Amino acid sequence: MEAIALPDRQNHIHRKGEAPFAIRCNSDSLAGAVSQRACVFCGSRVVLYPIADALHLVHGPIGCAVYTWDIRGALSSGPELHRLSFSTDLQELDVIFGGEKKLYRALMELIERHAPKAAFVYSTCIVGIIGDDLDAVCRQVEEETGIPVIPVRSEGFKGNKRAGYQAACDAMARLIGTGDTAGISRFSVNILGDFNLAGEIWMIRDYYRQMGVEVVANITGDGRVEHLRRAHGAALNVVQCSGSTMQLADMMEKKYGTPSLRVSYFGIEDMSEALYDIARFFMKKYPDDPEAAAIMERTRELVRREVAALLPQLEEYRRALSGRKAAIYVGGSFKAFSLVKAFRLVEMDVVLVGSQTGTPEDYAELAAITDPGTIIVDDANPLELTSFLKEKGVDVFVGGVKERPIAYKLGIGFCDHNHERKEALAGFTGMLNFAREVYSSVMSPVWRFVPGRADSGHSVTT
Amino acid sequence: MGKKTPDFISTTNACKLCRPLGACLAFKGMEGTVPYLHGSQGCATYMRRYIISHYNEPIDIASSSLSEKHAVYGGGPNLKLGLTNVAKKYRPQMIGIATTCLTETIGDDVAMYLEEYRRDTEGSVGLPDLVHVATPSYAGTHMEGFHGAVRQVLARKAEGGPGNRTINLLPGFVSSADYRYLKEIMADFGLDCTMLPDLSETMDGPARLEYEKIPAGGTPLAAIGAMGRARATIEFGRTLGEQEGGGSLLTERFGIINHRLGLPMGIRETDRFFSLLAELSGRPMPAKYRDERGRLVDAYVDGHKYVFGRRAIIYGEEDLVVGLCALLAEMGIRPVLCASGGTSGRLAEGVAAVSGDILAEQPQVHEGMDFFEISDMAEELAPDLIVGHSKGYPLARRLDIPLIRVGFPIHDRVGGQRILHLGYRGAQQLFDTVTNALIARKQDESPVGYSYM
Ligand code: SF4
Ligand code: SF4
Repeated sequence: MEAIALPDRQNHIHRKGEAPFAIRCNSDSLAGAVSQRACVFCGSRVVLYPIADALHLVHGPIGCAVYTWDIRGALSSGPELHRLSFSTDLQELDVIFGGEKKLYRALMELIERHAPKAAFVYSTCIVGIIGDDLDAVCRQVEEETGIPVIPVRSEGFKGNKRAGYQAACDAMARLIGTGDTAGISRFSVNILGDFNLAGEIWMIRDYYRQMGVEVVANITGDGRVEHLRRAHGAALNVVQCSGSTMQLADMMEKKYGTPSLRVSYFGIEDMSEALYDIARFFMKKYPDDPEAAAIMERTRELVRREVAALLPQLEEYRRALSGRKAAIYVGGSFKAFSLVKAFRLVEMDVVLVGSQTGTPEDYAELAAITDPGTIIVDDANPLELTSFLKEKGVDVFVGGVKERPIAYKLGIGFCDHNHERKEALAGFTGMLNFAREVYSSVMSPVWRFVPGRADSGHSVTT
Repeated sequence: MGKKTPDFISTTNACKLCRPLGACLAFKGMEGTVPYLHGSQGCATYMRRYIISHYNEPIDIASSSLSEKHAVYGGGPNLKLGLTNVAKKYRPQMIGIATTCLTETIGDDVAMYLEEYRRDTEGSVGLPDLVHVATPSYAGTHMEGFHGAVRQVLARKAEGGPGNRTINLLPGFVSSADYRYLKEIMADFGLDCTMLPDLSETMDGPARLEYEKIPAGGTPLAAIGAMGRARATIEFGRTLGEQEGGGSLLTERFGIINHRLGLPMGIRETDRFFSLLAELSGRPMPAKYRDERGRLVDAYVDGHKYVFGRRAIIYGEEDLVVGLCALLAEMGIRPVLCASGGTSGRLAEGVAAVSGDILAEQPQVHEGMDFFEISDMAEELAPDLIVGHSKGYPLARRLDIPLIRVGFPIHDRVGGQRILHLGYRGAQQLFDTVTNALIARKQDESPVGYSYM
């Protein structure tokens, strides 16, 4: 039989229990392997995009901008400048003679037209090649317009998405510390690494409000430039999806002494733990403060109420889904941890889990929490995923848009857990939505018509 | 007319896509072919995502996955490694290589790399054929990419020799349903036809027992080879440049006569297509199509009062805009703006050719437009509907008027690949869709709540 993976890809795949844990990752994608990864620019764009009152100008040819136009469900409660796709749309002459002039004029034009609170200027691959001095242009425009104009070093070929996260954090670091922190509560946090897909950050903020904790800045879901500027006034950084904003938290710790907590909002277990961790943090920080104790009390009450409401509703799904097999392929592996636990809650078996950009520590953790036989894969491609899904007889596949047709062509259920989804999957309600999403795909009657899955005896000879 | 008005520097919400995307789509319509982008990884992934959201079909586009050092030292080694890996895993008949902005800017000589690669691998069995098209996005749109790929494939594969009876059909970029319908029409006229490309099955495939690494369908490569010996070529595209499509290449190399037509949309453009087929086949129009045409005329009559004088904005690829203008104008709708992100310089001419004798007043025609500019003009034009792909939805929503979804991409509905645009049958469906949208609007707005309209 032909090997599933190319020789150069084989050490990116680990089957738990078959050998001591080892996996190659965090390396450039193999040419011709059809990676599911995007680029540095994509990483930066994901992180900064939800800042809704900033101008996001993509400096480059048109494709990079047009493929990222309003493709993510990051909601805003106010301005929606982030949903427009701005590009310098470089033409041949710009490539030959340099794009600085065009960039300058485009920035001036757009800032005048939209009066944004700040501007982010993303560089794409060819900008890195033609050598435009982004810093100089940004500085000049900043001087002339009086708003922060921040270059984002996101040339696509400089690595993968993770490098893009770093570039985005560097860009945000330029805003933080420039605002007034007066009036911020002792019991305050910044939310890092939630992008308000389908309004998730509003749910999370509401939990914090109920606990009595103030949110200073959303980083970056439903984000605002003003809030970022004063983010250093918060007592704590609560960091989700560690890959994307951890660097910013580290930077703030160094520069402003802001401690940080890593949390996940997916699944009952992780969601509850996140809230408790925050309450515990304040108990520890202000041991004799009655308000800290009151926060803990309110947190207990909140979790108790939410879980009590949720569990009975989850029961119906658990009964239907118990024993079914799930596969996970996501961008960052931190999310995969929570998904493994969430599936466990409805008694489903995770048989395949992978990510585009996991680190060795991430994969070691995945290997630790999954069952023997589980396939763990880094930077997979359609053909590998197809083989694994078939081999394992999976019932539902969790991934993003690029994984969806793979599942459907194999006659397998699918749940979108990427940035484009329109269903809130975070928080307590999110766990219920997640179970319902999985349920509504797995239990659909359509599978009985799919060739090869006509195991239900309903197939018709055609 | 060919210029933007007013002249903005920046582009907001572009009404065009990048050039290699068009090339990849064209390659997807060739049998056993894997599209390959010579550039960095991101471009390929973004394009896959964009295409998948329309077709809901797998589309594997390989990439050289260049990183910074390759950008400095040249992408040749990665290109060759990538080709070998694709050949190994997919066992394709052909790999269609398109360049990207990056590799065009660093000046990678892909043709030379491919020559070296062919030399290095000479004698190995089962190696795919390699075709290459230059697609820098800083010049042209996805449509130039699409036509460029078709032309390059013909340049590489078409061979002369004793003539055959086949007709070459080069439809350009249309829906999977359109490609299927075109094949049906050609067969009903009894014409042997090679259609290039053919995305009818590859991007709208049935559920099958086995997962196919490369979906079945597409123009057979042997048939592409034989296109150099065909009787005639039919090529759609009123805005296509003289040297752009595959048709002129076949004329230059093999002396094959090229019939350039507009996309057969609406009665008159379709009549032109069918008369040509009648002439080429020596047969009258089959009864099936005579009846389709008759029913269409009947429907036009039945519905004309609902649509007459309504104002429409049309946007999208230039040839599609021309075809839509032909169709809407003959229904009695008044196109007020025809806009495209393309810059062929021939859009106004195309619009005038298909609607000049019907419309009392010509629409405004603008190339190089983005949605900011279209929206800007829309305020004054006070349209009753807009016609184009999904990306016009924010505009339709703001103006609170119907959006008639046609073309690519359809990202907010299912079945974009099954929208039929061409021929009498396509006109029938679009007529019904447009008319019903306007009726529904009137019904919804009526305080009475009629259940008959
Ligand atoms: S760099 Fe060029 S080819 Fe790549 S996405 Fe951008 S416009 Fe398209
Ligand atoms: S050109 Fe570079 S930045 Fe743009 S999509 Fe491609 S890899 Fe990403």
